Amino acid sequence: MTSIFLNRKATRLNFEFSEEQNQLRDQAQGFLNDNCPPAAVRKVLEGDESYDKQLWQSIAELGWLSTVIPEAYDGLGLTYYELVVIAEELGRALAPVPFSSTVYLATEAILQFGSDEQKQRWLPRIARGESIGTFAFGEGAGRPSPKSLQTVAGTNSISGSKYPVPDGDIADVAIVVVKCDAGDGVSLYLVDLQGVQRDAVATLDPSRSHARLTFSDSPAELLGVAGAGWAMTNQLLDRAAVLFAWEQVGGAQAALEQAKAYAMDRYAFGRPIAGFQAIKHKLANVYVKNTLARSNGYYGAWALAEGNAELALAAATARVSATQAFYFASKENIQTHGGMGFTWEFDCQFYYRRAKLLSVNIGSESWWQDRLITAYEQSNQVQAA
Amino acid sequence: MDFNDTPAEAAFREEARAWLEANAPSAEELQGLDEIARSKLWQKRKYDAGWACIRWPKEYGGRGATSIENVIWGQEEGKFSVPGGVFGIGQGMAAPTLMEWATEDQKREHLPKLASGEHIWCQLFSEPAGGSDLAAARTKAVKDGDDWVINGQKIWTSGAHYSDYGIIVLRTDPEAQKHKGLSYFFLDMKSPGIEVKPIKQISGGANFNEVYFTDVRVPDSQRLGAVGQGWQVALTTLMNERAAIGGGGGGVGFNRVFRLAQRLTIDDKPAIEDSNVRAKLANWYCQETGLKYTGYRSLTALSRGETPGPENSIGKLVGAAKMQDMASFAMDLCELSGAVQGEFAEEYGMYPGAFMGAPGGRIAGGSDEIMLNILAERVLGMPQDIRPDKGIPFSQIPTGANN
Repeated sequence: MTSIFLNRKATRLNFEFSEEQNQLRDQAQGFLNDNCPPAAVRKVLEGDESYDKQLWQSIAELGWLSTVIPEAYDGLGLTYYELVVIAEELGRALAPVPFSSTVYLATEAILQFGSDEQKQRWLPRIARGESIGTFAFGEGAGRPSPKSLQTVAGTNSISGSKYPVPDGDIADVAIVVVKCDAGDGVSLYLVDLQGVQRDAVATLDPSRSHARLTFSDSPAELLGVAGAGWAMTNQLLDRAAVLFAWEQVGGAQAALEQAKAYAMDRYAFGRPIAGFQAIKHKLANVYVKNTLARSNGYYGAWALAEGNAELALAAATARVSATQAFYFASKENIQTHGGMGFTWEFDCQFYYRRAKLLSVNIGSESWWQDRLITAYEQSNQVQAA
Repeated sequence: MDFNDTPAEAAFREEARAWLEANAPSAEELQGLDEIARSKLWQKRKYDAGWACIRWPKEYGGRGATSIENVIWGQEEGKFSVPGGVFGIGQGMAAPTLMEWATEDQKREHLPKLASGEHIWCQLFSEPAGGSDLAAARTKAVKDGDDWVINGQKIWTSGAHYSDYGIIVLRTDPEAQKHKGLSYFFLDMKSPGIEVKPIKQISGGANFNEVYFTDVRVPDSQRLGAVGQGWQVALTTLMNERAAIGGGGGGVGFNRVFRLAQRLTIDDKPAIEDSNVRAKLANWYCQETGLKYTGYRSLTALSRGETPGPENSIGKLVGAAKMQDMASFAMDLCELSGAVQGEFAEEYGMYPGAFMGAPGGRIAGGSDEIMLNILAERVLGMPQDIRPDKGIPFSQIPTGANN
């Protein structure tokens, strides 16, 4: 599964996934069609389980958790092109598993900022599906900042409360954003969650679980440099934004397909409602937003995979675009279904719930719009144009 | 961006750039010439050196270049401020139709003159009664010996007043069904009986015309396709129209408005610090890059020998509306001064012009609504609209007071 995405040695212009990556997409899609149908999402949404354990185990066996983890840490050592392909398919299937917390956030943080010892300890366990990870950032309503954070560090310990933490009820390890007096006012801590108090928190999308984590002098070790935590958090968010964006692109595409399929088979006034311009134009507009989001996702994937200096700008662009596309597709999917779309029995709600959850998961649309303009101000494009 | 050429493509780009640097006309050279004379000067120069219509076969005045070389040429030529414009319809729409439907003799006669800029062509499709509904053409042609005699009216014809030839769709059988009673011709725009009247637009310009036909004769030999096959021939032209009409940035791009927001103030602070301004700009940036990278994906398909499909309709659809909104927003940032045009205008005076031109961009070459229909039907595979005009003779189709 080697990438020739924008390969300098490629024989042709290339802004597309490679044949191997497209094969991976087909395999992932086939696997998730069989193992993660809407009924599996509904089971977690309606049931007591925090996530689909069987699906999680299968995903671990397929190696998806270790896609970008280097071979030295028992990973597959593939590229971010493969990871975005998987992200898109998980988003399409609305997979009820802690993949984003574990892979886009915890793994990324440890990979980017961890010591070799920390990598040795956690990455192989994550790769094998033995450990679930998460990123504990927010502390209640409002946009977190170095000034707003209340969680503090002692000597090799932290105290405070993080709320809500995605997958906080099931995670084994968390990267916690902690206030400090040095540097940019923030440090990151790696915390083994054994013994930490967790209280489940209900959200609008119960197919993904959340919790409040309460740390009281809980053992914790520094991740990366003390007082550089805000910069690291922002780097981490940029990287994760590209991956979240691909989940959102996948979900938006699935919502469009569901709306179209319903409209083709739903008759009113003697013909399929898909034949009315009110519906055609609605879904064409969904298609337009989805296409722009996907193309911006390519830009983000490229910047992430190539380690390009434009990553902050590319990530924000992909994220804003994908957030808007998924929200739009999910609400217009319900609208296209009419009253049935508003029933519990229909699956339209899954996309609508997930779209909103993902849009606030690592920062709202307006936050990322702001980050986009900040990144543009700092890029060299202002003068260049 | 790191959108790299293959060695062969890079060599081609270098060759093109070198020629352009040596031959692009200077401002002094163009001074005193009108738009048409400037365009003809540059086109002839390209033609003589083998750089005109490069994707066309050599025997028709082209260079036999590949699609991707054509894109590269377009990118490089676009970096120079060279005259153009007036040949777009002839080279971009009439020529591909001639290549598919004309006789070999006709191709050898007309295509090189299109390539060299000797002849300018226009497109006579739309009528007062048929804009988006092009197949509703009523302008009649009646067979008379070896000629057809044309009577009726066309409208929205760009450049009719300076064109040498035109492509035209005519009603040759009003008793046949709508799409089956049309035939397609090309004709000499200097033919007796043609009257061209400019249409003044809300932007102040007059690029469009009404064209009246009174007993205009066109030889049957200038028919393209069979009698009654005109709609099919017209589709060849229309497929090329969307390729010929770009996204239409019109100078009001993201970076320009971004810089405007850096210079102007809101509550004594740079407007760019205002969160509402940032949010709007971010959305337009996403649209602009989304279109750019959608274009890259199309180029990749082109480079692989695939034909980019109707998904390219999003370029004009998104681009035209974005330009309208950005022009409007830029004027807002200037507050009342945003409305000023003409001699008192500051550097911001371009925005009212773009604002007044923008509605045209959303209509020309397929309105927003037509583009959405194309996406819904040809990309998403949704059903066509119900058509009360289907299956009945054209002469029996109902019409209204505004036709």
